[in-house]
Amino acid sequence: MYSEKVMDHFSNPRNVGEIENASGVGTVGNAKCGDIMRIYLDIDENHVIRDCKFKTFGCGAAVATSSMATELVKGKTIEEAMKVTNKAVMEALDGLPPVKVHCSLLAEEAIHAALWDYAEKNGIVIEGLEKPKSDIHEDEAEEEY
Amino acid sequence: MDRLIYLDNAATTRTAKEAVEAMLPYFEENYGNPSSIYGLGSKSKKALMVAREEIAKSIGAKPQEIYFTAGGSESDNWALIATAEAYAFKGKHIITSKIEHHAILHTCEYLQKRGFEVTYLNVDEDGLISLAELERAIRPDTILISVMAANNEIGTIQPVAEIGAIAKAHQVLFHTDAVQAYGHIPINVEECHIDMLSASGHKINGPKGIGFLYIRQGVKSRSFIHGGAQERSRRAGTENVPAIAGFGAAVKKAFDNMESRTAKETELRDYLIERIGSEVPHCKLNGHRDKRLPNNVNFSFEFIEGESLLIMLDMKGICASSGSACTSGSLDPSHVLLAIGLPHEKAHGSLRFTLSEENTKEELEYVVDCVKEIVAKLRSMSPLYEDFCKKSEDTKCTVKR
Repeated sequence: MYSEKVMDHFSNPRNVGEIENASGVGTVGNAKCGDIMRIYLDIDENHVIRDCKFKTFGCGAAVATSSMATELVKGKTIEEAMKVTNKAVMEALDGLPPVKVHCSLLAEEAIHAALWDYAEKNGIVIEGLEKPKSDIHEDEAEEEY
Repeated sequence: MDRLIYLDNAATTRTAKEAVEAMLPYFEENYGNPSSIYGLGSKSKKALMVAREEIAKSIGAKPQEIYFTAGGSESDNWALIATAEAYAFKGKHIITSKIEHHAILHTCEYLQKRGFEVTYLNVDEDGLISLAELERAIRPDTILISVMAANNEIGTIQPVAEIGAIAKAHQVLFHTDAVQAYGHIPINVEECHIDMLSASGHKINGPKGIGFLYIRQGVKSRSFIHGGAQERSRRAGTENVPAIAGFGAAVKKAFDNMESRTAKETELRDYLIERIGSEVPHCKLNGHRDKRLPNNVNFSFEFIEGESLLIMLDMKGICASSGSACTSGSLDPSHVLLAIGLPHEKAHGSLRFTLSEENTKEELEYVVDCVKEIVAKLRSMSPLYEDFCKKSEDTKCTVKR
């Protein structure tokens, strides 16, 4: 059901772990729905994401999208990282089964949440960044039914 | 050679050689329609008779009380819908449990939309219904009690004989979904006062797409499939002769060796429960420890999610199943695990192994090693586990101070 890329990122996830004294940390999802993603960002003075780590509780797709999202934002500036959408994550993984699309949304949301945390800590405004929703599933349920 | 360890026998089983051999003559050789008058047809008719007798004997029923269906789901649908319709004049209340298979639960929902009332009995943390609650739920307009013999996810075996006695005392019909129990534990429809019983072929090493519904003589039940006079006019359609022959052979084998087979499975089951329970931290056995199917092992592992666990087990050649949402296609984890009181996050982290007599202790040793490794790996990636560890560090600090 999963592409080879998804299986690769699931079985050998990149950037698993924590960053101590991270510039920004974002946690999204909830245990009730079975997936939680936490992303740590280390951002330098030029607003470049020096390092990015994640921890995820969730299915194969949740782990793979977290892994891919961290790969996509690493080394990028904040502006560039803002362009990493769920679609970009999905494309980079050669697609996801329809029921797993929400995992890629979660990954995008987790990056945004970590950036939001960074912006708040540093009193800056990141263009186009909105306060992250704590639970993306509520909206999704409305869309589906 | 890639190793394959099959531990998902509650999903389906390997078709027994005896079953396959019993089926083969009814494809190319004896392909006649059992309803036909000529010799070729009567060979097929004979096959139905042999299988029906074998099955009837296995539950203490009469052959004419066994109706072949396309499987467990059809049997459950039939038992509920046709009985509800036939007894609607008496009342429109049905009692079932919260942990039934969807073939029962969704049929109950269907009936609710058509004016029937359904009481869903609670279960305790082991998955057992309360007989007192059952008795309290019975009303003058109750027409049917449907409680499964054993649960497909957690393996808990219900007190079927006691339920039957209560049903009989209140003159309410009793149906049991025995799809998981049949062939694994002895069930006698007389001793347990069962009026209807559903079972399936492929759960006991028979072919897929075949099952039966036992309907006690005298119970009113409408025909479920309308058409020809097959199955005493209650279930029309030319019989699936090869599948029925294979089912009969599987039943014979399952009941001939039930004692020795289940003894072996129980030993393997207990070994797996003991080792996982004692060697993997933060896990919980789901289902009753002893009132349990001989081949069922179901654990919840905290801080991790079931689908990830299944994929990693699959990479190691181990087939298992989970009650996580991701394996069900919805956001909610298994209704059974929620009904026994597991919080969502623990229900998402459940893992079911269902053994067969073909499994070996050596295989299970490998499985335990894999489970330990995978659970540890997934926990090292889990933000829930990270929070838990930080919290316990904090607690330790507080204690020290």
